[in-house]
Amino acid sequence: MSGRRIMTGDDIRRAVVRVSHEIVEKHAGTDGLALVGIQRRGVPLARRIADAIRENEGAEVPVGALDITFYRDDLSLVAQQPVVKGTAIPFDINGRTVVLVDDVLYTGRTIRAAMDALIDYGRPQAIRLAVLVDRGHRELPIRADHVGKNVPTSREEVVHVMLDVIDGDDAVVIDRLPGAGGGSVQ
Amino acid sequence: MTPEVDRPEAASSGSTPAASRTPATPAVPAVDAPPETQDLAWRHRHLLDVDDLTRGELETVMGTADAMREVLARPIAKVPALRGTNVTILFYEASTRTRVSFEAAAKNLSCDVTNIAAASSSVSKGESLVDTVRTVEALGAHMLVMRHNVSGAPYLASEVFGGAVLNGGDGWHAHPSQALLDLFTLRSRLPGRSLEGRKIVILGDALHSRVARSNIWTLTAMGADLWICGPSTLLRGFEGWAARGAAGRRFTVTSDVDAAMRDADVVMALRIQKERMAGGLLPSLREYAARYGLTKERLRLAKPDCIVMHPGPMNEGVEIAADVAVDPRSVITAQVTNGVAVRMALLYLLAGARRAGGNA
Repeated sequence: MSGRRIMTGDDIRRAVVRVSHEIVEKHAGTDGLALVGIQRRGVPLARRIADAIRENEGAEVPVGALDITFYRDDLSLVAQQPVVKGTAIPFDINGRTVVLVDDVLYTGRTIRAAMDALIDYGRPQAIRLAVLVDRGHRELPIRADHVGKNVPTSREEVVHVMLDVIDGDDAVVIDRLPGAGGGSVQ
Repeated sequence: MTPEVDRPEAASSGSTPAASRTPATPAVPAVDAPPETQDLAWRHRHLLDVDDLTRGELETVMGTADAMREVLARPIAKVPALRGTNVTILFYEASTRTRVSFEAAAKNLSCDVTNIAAASSSVSKGESLVDTVRTVEALGAHMLVMRHNVSGAPYLASEVFGGAVLNGGDGWHAHPSQALLDLFTLRSRLPGRSLEGRKIVILGDALHSRVARSNIWTLTAMGADLWICGPSTLLRGFEGWAARGAAGRRFTVTSDVDAAMRDADVVMALRIQKERMAGGLLPSLREYAARYGLTKERLRLAKPDCIVMHPGPMNEGVEIAADVAVDPRSVITAQVTNGVAVRMALLYLLAGARRAGGNA
């Protein structure tokens, strides 16, 4: 595909390892910690962070998957209902520190929806946020606790995160928004 | 790969936000949905029958219902997906499970629900269906769930109603949500979640049964080996239909209950509809029970793990023996529970189509 590669597979691997260290450091251990990936690419990222924590700390941190479709603030605006991909949180979140994991942090609306969804499952001790890429342009008062890479972007650009299990390759690519004019379109 | 415009963030950030709301531009497709599922986007504005649902669309309903079943298992079984959507449930015919099931489904999606029982409404003063539907819309209804004793009544309603009409059962014609919940129940019970080649028997009063008529479309669409069995007086018209097929898909019609039951994977008993039984179709209920009732003995002809279904309400001792209804192989209670998940899926999908201005 076209576009500018801003992270390679190795970059992603290093960012995941660093973020996994940061998460454990901030929480002062792994007791009561849980990871919840936001569908779709947040889920494999959460699994990778859990793998890294297992390698570094020898501790198993539970991983869940969260679909935020039913909590989107634009459900009444989009033309067609989004396909629902399913939620699975196979542990009790009450009293835990839950780290939400997503690939790209942009306006913050996904994270707002994710927090609402999560709270329907119980009352976590704390909710934190880890993202692979923070591209700016927040529309809500939301920030990430752990960031793989800060990437200045314009609103006419898109950030594609590709992960092996879904896309067959690991990379982060920045591209012109289709129809935005100017740059190349895939 | 999926472009990042799939994200809800991007939905509000495009350079032409107005364009993203028009149905023609797929600018705001599903959140991260893989391209192959986006092809199955829901295109129906109403759910009047299941005869025009493709296998892909049936899979879309099933997949969405899976997600709804997860919602039902949560400590708080309610999501804000359809906040601000007014659902009116207008029933001209008696019902418990369908009406309550639709109401529960709507409430679980945070809809506002209005219930109208025709007997206690202006219908009893002689208001016409069209006027009632117009009134309901003027009172703010976005979606109309409707049951009527006249086949085709929901079609008439859909011509005057500005929102989505869901057929909750019309005469002998169709009962789409029941057929879909039956399919959902079978899919979750059969190995490999597949109906392909499975022998499924619908046993009983097919003639008066909208459940049977709707199930013929959905079960054959999923590749089942479908048999319709009952006394010949209650199969009138079905042989001709079977010869033509349902959209070209064949099924078997027979009065030979032993042949139908032999090696069946699934048997669905239909209620003997006493209220629709006008003269001479059956010698007596007792004779019907003896010759066509679903008993333990008859079930022995089927596969050992044969799934037993019934759309309810049951006449125990007539079309189904009491001990069969509570047999471990019976999924009758699961059918009721799954009904809520499937109806949530239907409301969710149709709420989107309403905005998209899809076709009937």
